[in-house]
Amino acid sequence: MNTTPFNTLSFPGKKNSGDSVVNGVDLSVNFAGIKAPNPFWLASAPPTDKAYNVVRAYEAGWGGVVWKTLGEEPPAVNVSSRYSAHYGKNREVIGFNNIELITDRSLEINLKEITQVKKDWPDRALIVSIMVPCNEEAWAYILPLVEATGADGIELNLGCPHGMPERGMGAAVGQNPDLIEKVTYWCKKHYSKPVIVKLTPNITDIRVGAQAALRGGADAVSLINTINSITSIDLDNMVAKPTVGHQSTHGGYCGSAVKPIAMNMVAEIARDPATPTLPISGIGGISNWRDAAEFIALGAGSVQVCTAAMLNGFRIVEEMKDGLSRWMAEKDYDSIEAFSRKAIPQTTDWKHLDINFKTIAKIDQDLCIECGRCYIACEDTSHQSIAKLTEQDGTRRYEVIEEECVGCNLCQITCPVENCITMVPQETGQPFLAWDNDPRNPFRVAS
Amino acid sequence: MTHSLNHLPSAKEVGTYDPHTLDSNFSDLHPPLTPRQAMIESQRCLYCFDAPCVEACPSDIDIPSFIRQISENNINGAAETILEANILGGSCARVCPTEILCERSCVRNHDAECQPVLIGLLQRHATDNMQFESHPFKRAASTGRHIAVVGAGPAGLSCAHRLAMLGHQVTIFEAEQKPGGLNEYGIARYKMTDDFARKEVEFLLEIGGIEIQYGQRLGENLELATLRKQYDSVFLGLGLGASRALGLTGEQAPGLMPAVDYIKILRQTNDLSSLTVAKRCIVIGAGNTAIDMATQMARLGASEVTLVYRRGVEAMSATDHEQEIAKANGVRMVTWAQPDEILLNDQGRVAGMRFAKTHDQGGRLAPTGETFEITADAVFTAIGQGFEGASLSDATAAELARDGERIHVNEMFQTSLPNVYAGGDCVKPGQDLTVQAVQHGKLAAHAIHQALAAKQEAA
Repeated sequence: MNTTPFNTLSFPGKKNSGDSVVNGVDLSVNFAGIKAPNPFWLASAPPTDKAYNVVRAYEAGWGGVVWKTLGEEPPAVNVSSRYSAHYGKNREVIGFNNIELITDRSLEINLKEITQVKKDWPDRALIVSIMVPCNEEAWAYILPLVEATGADGIELNLGCPHGMPERGMGAAVGQNPDLIEKVTYWCKKHYSKPVIVKLTPNITDIRVGAQAALRGGADAVSLINTINSITSIDLDNMVAKPTVGHQSTHGGYCGSAVKPIAMNMVAEIARDPATPTLPISGIGGISNWRDAAEFIALGAGSVQVCTAAMLNGFRIVEEMKDGLSRWMAEKDYDSIEAFSRKAIPQTTDWKHLDINFKTIAKIDQDLCIECGRCYIACEDTSHQSIAKLTEQDGTRRYEVIEEECVGCNLCQITCPVENCITMVPQETGQPFLAWDNDPRNPFRVAS
Repeated sequence: MTHSLNHLPSAKEVGTYDPHTLDSNFSDLHPPLTPRQAMIESQRCLYCFDAPCVEACPSDIDIPSFIRQISENNINGAAETILEANILGGSCARVCPTEILCERSCVRNHDAECQPVLIGLLQRHATDNMQFESHPFKRAASTGRHIAVVGAGPAGLSCAHRLAMLGHQVTIFEAEQKPGGLNEYGIARYKMTDDFARKEVEFLLEIGGIEIQYGQRLGENLELATLRKQYDSVFLGLGLGASRALGLTGEQAPGLMPAVDYIKILRQTNDLSSLTVAKRCIVIGAGNTAIDMATQMARLGASEVTLVYRRGVEAMSATDHEQEIAKANGVRMVTWAQPDEILLNDQGRVAGMRFAKTHDQGGRLAPTGETFEITADAVFTAIGQGFEGASLSDATAAELARDGERIHVNEMFQTSLPNVYAGGDCVKPGQDLTVQAVQHGKLAAHAIHQALAAKQEAA
C-alpha cells in the first residue's frame, strides 16, 4: 500500500479515488446485496488474476473486481500464445479472443491474497469466481474456504468455452439448465453470501439458463461469458490465431464486437416475466461510460469490464466514472438505480411494433459532401429512393425520392457525415396498429 | 559544362552548399509514405461512388478502387488498377499537380472533413511498392501490324504500351539518347529522383513488342512520308523542344539560357557541384518550368533568384502549391513587369535586365511607362515551348493541319493525314500535363487499333 508520508495522491473527489460521489452524483450500487462505490467492476479474467493487479485496479478507482476463477487442485496449466484479435483497418481491436484457462496459481495463494486484499480494501466489491467439477463434494469443499476470505460473494463460472468443458466444467455445465440449477443450489446450500451465476452465450435461448439459475436460488446472474470464436487464419501457414506450435483451437470472443449480442441477452432476461427482478451484472464489450449506461438502461445493476482494460490499462475507469456521472447529472438521475431498466418498456417483440409508423430520410444539402455513398447503397441494395442529380455548375446533388423511401436507415448508416442524413417521422394520420391486430395478418388477434 | 554559362562559377566554387547538402537539396521533395502512413491515409478515403476524383483525373484512374486495395494491403492489385489506366502512374504520382486535379475534387475538402485524401502519395506508394514476377499486362495475339511512334515521351510510351497490349508491333523513334521525354529531361530533379524515369520505362518495355531507335529526329534524319509508307499507322508524340525567344537584342549573349536547356543538364549530371550557378539570376515566366528553374537555382546555392512575370500571380499557370515551393526556397516574385532590354557588361555578357512595368488596361496588358533594372549574372527564359524548327518541315509533315502552332487532331486523335495520329504536348487540346499526354497516347492507341481492325474487316 501507499507509503508516501503525505498522501498527496489522494483528495476527495479525485477521479481515481474510491469515492462513490463523482461530479456530485452518487454512483454507488447495491447489487444483490453486494455494495460497491461504483458499478464499474473488472470481470473475472487475466486483469484480476492476483493481488498485484487487483490492488492496482482498486487504486485506479474500480468499484469492484471478480477474482479470476479458482478451481480444484492441482491448478490449471496454460499454453503459450493465448490471445488473438479481430482488427479494424487501423489496427484498432474490434474483437478479442483468448484460449486461457482458469487460474494457474495454487488455491492456497489465491485464498491468502483474496483475504488480504479484502481486508485492505473493505469498501470495494470483491467477488470470487469459482469453477469446480459438477459434484456436491467439490463445491462443499471449496465454498467454506472462499467464505473464510471475507469476499463479498461468488460468481459461478459456468461459461468458459475452451479447455474446461472438456473436463466437464465451464460451458459444459452452463449449456445444461438442469446442471445450472443443481450447482446453484449446492452453492446456496454451502455458502451464505450472494451467489451470481455467470451465463454462457453459446446456447440458443439465454433465458433458459437464467430461469434455471433462479430456480437454483441464485441471487443474480452475470452475462455474457465469451463466445466461441476463431478470429483469423494465418494464410501462409494455414493455421488460426493464436497459434500454439503449429496448431490452434477456438477461443472465447469478447471486446466491443460482442456488445450488441450481450445487450440483447441482457434485455431478454430483463424483460422475461419468469425473471422479472433477477439482478443482472452486464458483461460484453463495455469500453466506455456510454456502453455502461446502455447496459444499465437495459437492466444491468453493475457492469463488468475486461477487454477495454486489457487494451488500455486500468486508467480507463476514470473517464467511465467521469462521463457517466456528468451524463447522469445532465439527465437528473441521482443514482444508478434511477435509470436502470429505463429502456426495457420500449424493448418489445417485433409483432408489437406499430406497423403504421413511417419515417423517411432527409438529406441536409448544406452538410452533404457529395460522396454518393447513400446513392449507391440505396440504388444497389435497397429501394432506389435516392436520386442522383447534377447541378448546373457540375456539383452533385442527392435527393430522397420520398414516395419510394421505406425508412430503412441504410443511407443514414452509410453517410460519413454525422447528422447529414436524418430520419424524419411522418404524420400518417393513421392510428397505432400492431401486427398482432393488422388485418393483413392471417393470424391476427381479433381486437 | 556547356555554352552560355561557361563564364560563371560552379556550385562548388560558389560554395553555398557542401556536396552532401547539395545532394539532399535535390532528394525527394515529398518523401514517400511509409506503409503505416499509407494504411492510415487509405482509410480516409470514403470510397465515393462515381467519385469526383476520378472525374478530375485526366487518365481515368479508378482512384477509390486502388485506395481500397491499398487499405486491404493488396499493393499489386492497387498498382495494376493504376497502371491499366495509366502505365506511367509512377511518374504521374510524382509530377501531377494533384492540387488542381484529383485532390482538389476530393469530397474530403469540405470543411468538416479537414483535408483531401493524399491521392498522389498513395498512388506513389502503390507503384513504388508493387512486386510483379513478370509484367502485369499480357499482349494479345499478334495482329501482324507494325506502328511507328515518334517520341519516347509520356504520350509515345503510353501509346506504344497500349498498342503492344493490343497485339501490335511498335517501333519508337526518339530524338534523344534516352527514353522518357520530359520525365527524363524536363521535370525538376527533386520531383523525380533515383533514376525513376529510366526504371519506369524499363518496366513499361517489359511487355515486349516495342523497339526504340534513338537519335531519330523528325525533320532531320526521319521523314513522316517514309514512316507512313513503312508502317501501318504513325503516332506523333513529339515534344516541344524549342524555347520561345524574348525577341530582344542580346539574346545570344553569354548568361542567357532557356530554362529547359539548363534543367536538362541538371537532370543528367552525376555531380551537382560541377553545375554552373548564377549567384544572382532572373527567371522569366510563370509556369511550372519557371518555378522549377528558380527553385533549383536557389537549391544549388544562388543567393538571389528573382522570378519575373508580366501579369499578376493569379494568372500564373504554376499552381499555388508550386508557387509556395518557390517562395519557401527564397525565390522573389516580381509581377506586372515584362522584359525590356537585356543589359550587357563590357565583355558582352549578361549583367542584368531592364523591365517595363505593366498593368491591365481593360483586359489588355500595357506598359505603364515606368521601368526598373535587376542586376543578374544570368537570365533564364521559361516563356513557353514550341516545335523545334525542322521537326514538321518535311513535305508530308508540312501538310498536317494545325491549331495555331500545334497539330490539329479530332476526338479520335487523328490528324488531317490518314493513318497519322498525334497526342501529348504537340496537339492542341492539351493542358501540357504528363498525365494528359499519357491519356492521349492510350486513347490514340485504341483509335489506331479500331481503325486497323475496321480496315481488316473491310478487306
